[in-house]
Amino acid sequence: MSIELRNVGKRFGEVDAVHNVSFSVKEGELMALLGPSGGGKTTVLRMIAGLEMPTTGDLFIRGQRVNDLSVQQRNIGFVFQNYALFKSMNVHKNVAFGLNIKKWQRAEVKARVAELLKLFGLEGLERRFPHQLSGGQRQRVAIARALAPKPSVLLLDEPFGAVDAKIRQELREWLVTLHTELSVTTIFVTHDQEEALEVANRIVIFSRGVLEQVGTPREVYEHPANEFVARFIGVMNVLEPEVRNGVARIGELEFPAHGEPEGQKLRIGFRPYAVQISGELTQYRYHATLRRTFFLGVMLRVELELPSGLVVRARMSKEEYAHQGLEDGKEVSFQIRQYRVLARERGALAPETEFRYRQPPSIAENI
Amino acid sequence: MTDFLAKQRALGLKKSERGTEESPFIKWTLIAIALAFCLVFLLLPLVNVFVQALAKGWTFYWNSLTHPDSWAAIRLTLLVAGICVPLNTVFGLAAAWAIAKFRFRGKSVLITLIDLPFSVSPVVAGLMFVVLFGLQGFFGKWLAAHDLKIIFAVPGIVLATVFITFPFVARELIPVMQATGTEQEQAALTLGANGWQTFWHVTLPSVKWGLIYGMILCNARAMGEFGAVSVVSGHITGQTDTMPLRVEKLYNEYNAPAAFAIASLLALLALFTLAIKTLLEWRQQREYQKAQKELIAR
Repeated sequence: MSIELRNVGKRFGEVDAVHNVSFSVKEGELMALLGPSGGGKTTVLRMIAGLEMPTTGDLFIRGQRVNDLSVQQRNIGFVFQNYALFKSMNVHKNVAFGLNIKKWQRAEVKARVAELLKLFGLEGLERRFPHQLSGGQRQRVAIARALAPKPSVLLLDEPFGAVDAKIRQELREWLVTLHTELSVTTIFVTHDQEEALEVANRIVIFSRGVLEQVGTPREVYEHPANEFVARFIGVMNVLEPEVRNGVARIGELEFPAHGEPEGQKLRIGFRPYAVQISGELTQYRYHATLRRTFFLGVMLRVELELPSGLVVRARMSKEEYAHQGLEDGKEVSFQIRQYRVLARERGALAPETEFRYRQPPSIAENI
Repeated sequence: MTDFLAKQRALGLKKSERGTEESPFIKWTLIAIALAFCLVFLLLPLVNVFVQALAKGWTFYWNSLTHPDSWAAIRLTLLVAGICVPLNTVFGLAAAWAIAKFRFRGKSVLITLIDLPFSVSPVVAGLMFVVLFGLQGFFGKWLAAHDLKIIFAVPGIVLATVFITFPFVARELIPVMQATGTEQEQAALTLGANGWQTFWHVTLPSVKWGLIYGMILCNARAMGEFGAVSVVSGHITGQTDTMPLRVEKLYNEYNAPAAFAIASLLALLALFTLAIKTLLEWRQQREYQKAQKELIAR
């Protein structure tokens, strides 16, 4: 076990920034701390680094309790959100800084810096100063600098926050490649769920200082522990039908609700990909108007408006859209293939209920 | 004729290409006013100082400067500046650091205190020290009993000058340090550096220009301070006269050429300070532009 947090909490004056958080990171893992801003994820990262001291609980790095160890003693590499490169030093000196502090031999320093710059594609930029680098180059220098003294763990605070969208995609792929090559235990903070799903081996989800769920991208996406996770990871339609005669209804939509008390309001959630749409009005049970189509690249998102005014979001491939002959304003029929009864806030989720229809689902599962 | 007008219009258009620019008339009037003011109130007096200083020729000029009492004044001024500038550099760094990098109660009080020497009249500052350390003063008896002399002696001059020049370094550094933030220092810590290494390798280089600029201003004021020093010095010729005091004394003795000779030295110092300041700004500017160009080139 590379890193372990046991009941770690942090108070800033009156504010409970992090509350009773426990999780562990395995050796060589690439872990994401995910949550909305103000969720406490950066505070957790800074506590692991030793830049903040936990108010309660214990922190372990490679089995050693590090609560009382200073930043310098923890042997971590930290990459700041804005990289915090030393402005008065060139690239070579930036990367060599940690090695010189640790009193490496001159030849060793030179070799290590050259090795890292080569690995990071920064050769030829040794004499450049930070302000002469592009955003992506700066980030790579920052990571090279953090990795130079061979830390036991690499910590990155919003590593993709400060670069534009195109470079961000490149950097994500690059980080995964880098992690595969170096296999150093890595934890990064992000507020972008797509980024976490794409890059991380496992994800820790926070909201308001509380740990909501830990799991692989697939686990948190397919089996969210609660409504917060379900809504934060990916898009979800959430409806509040009322139970009448054993059926939960809202507008035209009906969900079976056996054993639920009469008059009870349920919270029902379903992913956009669980909505199946057909251009044939006779195909599915519900009818709606295709109000708007959003182009997302390979995938399209469509908004369906039911006669009652209820709006349902759906997701489908371009091919499917064309095959069904869809366009804005067209009358369509649809069904909801899978849904969940979302319990009250922070409560456990009921397992997903599958409607059984004759036709097999035709939309790709893993969107 | 129409050709000419068209040309004029074309020229006129070119001049006010940017919609925000004032008309040429206003622009040149403003420039003329500013230039005239500088000429009459700054440049002419400055030239006059040198003209007067050299009125009796180079030999007289040289003799005025090397007169034992004048030479003593020059040495004392250099000594005072030599003590004040390092002291206030350390104080200024500490104060700016505290204000820019930490959050604490009474921070605004500290900022006000740093500005105090700017808002207090130098004469009052001098009197303050007389009241504290003078013979009739608060510590006067104790100092006399231990045979320590502060007022009407070099320590008093140093104290008064340190007080007057205290804000310069701190004032220059605070905005620079606030803009830099603490992330670079934190990065140094995560790389294993201790406090001293962080300060020496990261903090100091990042505020280098502001620091040098502050020191230059501090030095200029330390050498030129008159009011506060005049109150505490006692004007003992050859012992407690600094250069500004020596200038006044010579002038009052109707020895204008000698007074202007010393004054010209002070003025030279001011010009030298300005030159260094301009050089520093120019170098910073050039570094910045070079970086911009290289960014654009890629």
